[in-house]
Amino acid sequence: MTPLTIDVCAVLRSAVNQNYGNLLTRDTGMAVRHQIERELAANRGGGITSLDFSSIGLMDYSCADEVVAKLLVLLQDDDLTRGGYVVFRGIGEEHLEVVESVLKHHGLALVCLCEDGSPRVIGRVSEAERRAWEMVRARGKAAPSELADEFGFGEDFVAEVLDELARRRLLRRGLTGFVALDAPDTVQ
Amino acid sequence: MNVINVPSSLDDQTFEHVLEQLAPLPADERVLIDARNTEWASPYGLTALLTLAQTRLEKPQFMPPEKDDTSSYWSRANFFRYAEDLYEIVGRVPARRGERDSSALLEVTPVSKSDDVHAVVQRIQAKVPTILTQNLHLESRSVMGFAMALSEACQNIVEHAGMGGWVAVQNYNYRKRMGRHVVQIAVCDAGVGIRQSLESGNRRPLTDRWDDGVALESAVIQGTSRFPDHGRGQGFKGIRGYLRKWKGKLAVRSGTARVAEVPPWDDDVVRRDHLAPMPGTQLFIMIPEDVDR
Repeated sequence: MTPLTIDVCAVLRSAVNQNYGNLLTRDTGMAVRHQIERELAANRGGGITSLDFSSIGLMDYSCADEVVAKLLVLLQDDDLTRGGYVVFRGIGEEHLEVVESVLKHHGLALVCLCEDGSPRVIGRVSEAERRAWEMVRARGKAAPSELADEFGFGEDFVAEVLDELARRRLLRRGLTGFVALDAPDTVQ
Repeated sequence: MNVINVPSSLDDQTFEHVLEQLAPLPADERVLIDARNTEWASPYGLTALLTLAQTRLEKPQFMPPEKDDTSSYWSRANFFRYAEDLYEIVGRVPARRGERDSSALLEVTPVSKSDDVHAVVQRIQAKVPTILTQNLHLESRSVMGFAMALSEACQNIVEHAGMGGWVAVQNYNYRKRMGRHVVQIAVCDAGVGIRQSLESGNRRPLTDRWDDGVALESAVIQGTSRFPDHGRGQGFKGIRGYLRKWKGKLAVRSGTARVAEVPPWDDDVVRRDHLAPMPGTQLFIMIPEDVDR
C-alpha cells in the first residue's frame, strides 16, 4: 500500500477557500478536520497517513483542538481493524507548545516526525507507555515476550502496555507483535 | 441632556468613571458623551467607547476631543470611522487622510465572524515580530503566542457575544505606570456577556453564589465554556500561559465584575465586584518591554 501524505496547508486553503497558511479559529479547524477525515476515509485498510504541517504558519488553541485533538479522538474511537493510523510531520518548535497543550487537555498523544526524520511521541503518555514505545521504535517491531526482560516486568504487563499503545494508535498491531509507525514499510 | 464626561486620560481604569456616570440612567435615555477634554486614550478606551454606544437604545451624542493631536490620532486609529455610525457627532472631526498611524499595530477594527479574525491576524503578522523583538526586547518565540492570544481573544466575540465587537492593538510608552513600552490588545463587545453565555449552555457551576464575578472566574480561570465539548475553554488558558511567560497582564470585564491576571509589575486587584454595569465583555492584554534584556 502506498502511504498517503496530506498537506495540511493545502487542505486549509481548499477547505476555507482562502490564501493564508494560518490554522486559526475553531470554524477553520472544523472545516480542515472534516476534509482530512474524508481523505482518511478514502485510505482505509490499515494504512498510515502522514499529516504534513510544514507549510503551516500560525496556530491557535481552538484550531489545534479541532484539527489535532478531535481528529485523534475520532481515530481512537474508530474500529481498529479498519486502520486509520496517523503520524504528524512538520510540527515546528513554535507549534509544539500549542499542540502539546491540546493533547494533554484531552489525555491524548501522537507520533510526530522531527525535522531530522526521527519519530517522537508527544502529549500525555505514562512512563511505562513511553518506555515501551521507545523500545518498539528502536527495534521496528517487537512482541511482548521480547521486551519483558529489558522492561523488568512480566510479559502480561508489557502486553497490556503495548495493547494500550495500539488502542491509542501510537503503535500498530502486527501478526507477530507490535510495529512502530515509522517502520520502513509504513511511512514514506 | 445627560452629559457624561470622558476623563482626560482614557484607559481601562478611568473608563470606569464613564460607566459610573451612566449607571443611574436608563438605556433609553439620551446621553451626550463629552470627550472634549480627553487628551489620550488606550486601545481599550477607544474600543470601549464604541461598545458603549452599542449599549444605548437612543443614539447618543459625542463631542470629540478638542486637542488637534488627540482628535487627529483617533481619526487615524479609525475611531471616528465607526463612531460616526454609532454616535451623533457634535463638533468637528478631522478628515481621514488615508494614512495609517505608525504606532497603531491595528487600528480599531470590527470583528463579527471567523474570517475577520483571520484578517486581523494577517494584518498584524508582518509588523509584530519587529515590535516584539525590537521595541519590547522579547525573544522571537513570543511572536506565535502573540498571534494566538489575539486570535483567541477575538474568537470570544465570534463564539460567544452574539453580536459584533471591536479590536485594536497599539504599541505605546506606558509612562503612567511603568515608563516602558508596551503592546496592548483590546477586544470589546456589547453582547450577552460571560454570565449569560454560560447560563445559555446550562454551564452554571453548582455553587450557591452565582454572579458576574463567579461567571468570569469560571470562564477565565477555570476554562468553563457554554459548550459542553471538552475541548472548549482552552483559549483563556492559552492566553494566561502566554502572559505568565512574558510577564503580561490580562483583564476581563463583564457585567458588573472584572478579573485580572496581575503580573509582578502591576498593583491591580485580581477581582473586582459591584462595578457599574456594562453589557458584553471587554478585555485587554498588555505585554511589557523586557528591560532585563
